[in-house]
Amino acid sequence: MIDKLAALGRQGLDVLASLGRAGQFLAGVLGGVPRPVAGFPLLVRQLYAVGVLSLAIVVVSGLFIGMVLGLQGYTILSDYGSESAIGQMIALTLVRELGPVVTALLFAGRAGSALTAEIGLMKATEQLSSMEMMGVDPLKRVISPRLWAGFIAMPLLAIIFSVVGIWGGMLVGVEWLGVFEGAFWGNMQSSVDFWEDVMNGVIKSLVFGFVCAWIAVYQGYDCVPTSAGISSATTKTVVYSSLAVLGVDFVLTAVMFGDF
Amino acid sequence: MTQRRMEVLVGLFMVAGLAALLVLALQISGLSPAAAGERYTLYANFNDTGGLSPRGKVSMAGVTIGTIESITLNRETFQARVALSIDADIDNIPADSAAVIRTSGLLGDQYIDISVGGDPEPLADGDTFYATQSAMNLERLISNFAAGQ
Repeated sequence: MIDKLAALGRQGLDVLASLGRAGQFLAGVLGGVPRPVAGFPLLVRQLYAVGVLSLAIVVVSGLFIGMVLGLQGYTILSDYGSESAIGQMIALTLVRELGPVVTALLFAGRAGSALTAEIGLMKATEQLSSMEMMGVDPLKRVISPRLWAGFIAMPLLAIIFSVVGIWGGMLVGVEWLGVFEGAFWGNMQSSVDFWEDVMNGVIKSLVFGFVCAWIAVYQGYDCVPTSAGISSATTKTVVYSSLAVLGVDFVLTAVMFGDF
Repeated sequence: MTQRRMEVLVGLFMVAGLAALLVLALQISGLSPAAAGERYTLYANFNDTGGLSPRGKVSMAGVTIGTIESITLNRETFQARVALSIDADIDNIPADSAAVIRTSGLLGDQYIDISVGGDPEPLADGDTFYATQSAMNLERLISNFAAGQ
C-alpha cells in the first residue's frame, strides 16, 4: 500500500520535473534564436520537411472534411428549407474550429512524430553530444529551426485547409446538390467577419503550431536514447500534442467567442 | 534535393498560404480592399428597426445597392435614424420612394428594401426618405392576434 502511494508520488514528481525541463529547454531555444543569415538555410530545410511535405495530407483531409460538412449541412438545413445557409455553416465551422484543430492534429501526427523520432535518433547515436563537443550548440543548430518551422508552417497549413475545405463544401453543395451559388457566397460573406473569425482562427493555429512543435522537439530531445525510448517518445508526442491542442482550443474558444 | 530546389518549394508553400489568406479575406469574409467606388448617403427614420444592424444590406428589387452605415436614435422624435450608404451609380431613386425593413427568409437577417416611387425628381445626397415602413414584429403580430385585435 505504502509502496503504491510512493510510486504514485514519484510519478507525479516525474511529471513535474519533466514540465520543468520542458520550460528550461524552451527558454534555452528561444534565447538562442539562430543568427538570421547562418540559420536561414536550416530553417528552409525544416520548413520543407514540416510544411511542404505536410501539404498533401492537409489538402486531401480538408477537401474531404469540407465535402462531408456540405453533405451533412445540406441534409439538416434542407429540413428547414434554409439550405442556402450551408455556405455560412461550412465557412464558420472551418475557419473558426475545424481548420486550426484538425490541421494541428494532422500536423502532430505527420510532422511532430517525425521531428521527435529524428531528434531522438540524433540523441541515441550521440550526434547531439558530438555537436556539443565541437562547440556547436545543438539547441541553436538542431532544435531552434525546427521549432520556428512548426510555428511558421502551421498557420499557413490551417489557412490552406480552410480554403480547400470551403471549396470542397461548395463542390458538394452548389455543384452536386444544387444550392444557389449566389446565396451560398452571399450568406457566407455577410456572416464571416475577417477579424473576428478568420484572424481568430489564424491566432489559434499559431498557438497550436507553437504547442505541437514545442512538444515534438522536447520529447525528442528528452527521450531515453534507446530504440524503445524513441518509440515511446514518438507516441508521447502524438498523444500529448493532440490532448494539448484540444485543451488549448477550448480555452482559446472561451476567450475569443465566449461572452464573459 | 538541392538547397535551391527546396528553397523554391518552400517559397511556393509560403505563397500558397498567403494566397489562401487572401481568398479567405476577399472571397469568404467579403472584406473589400477599399470602399468600392463612390457612394452617397441617404437617411430614413423608422419607428422600430427591429434587428437591423450596421453593415447590413440595402437593396432595390432584390439587388444590393448599398449598405447600412449607422443606426442612431433621434432624441427629439424618439425614432431611429438610419444612414444608408448607396452606390453613386444609383443616383435616380425617385424622391417618393419608401424604405421598408424586410427579413430575408423566415429567420434570416433584416435588410432595407427600397420600394420605388414615381416622382421624376431623384433623392440627392443627405436627403431623407419621405415614407418608411418599420420592421414587422412577429411577436407583436401574434400577441395582437391573440388579443383579438
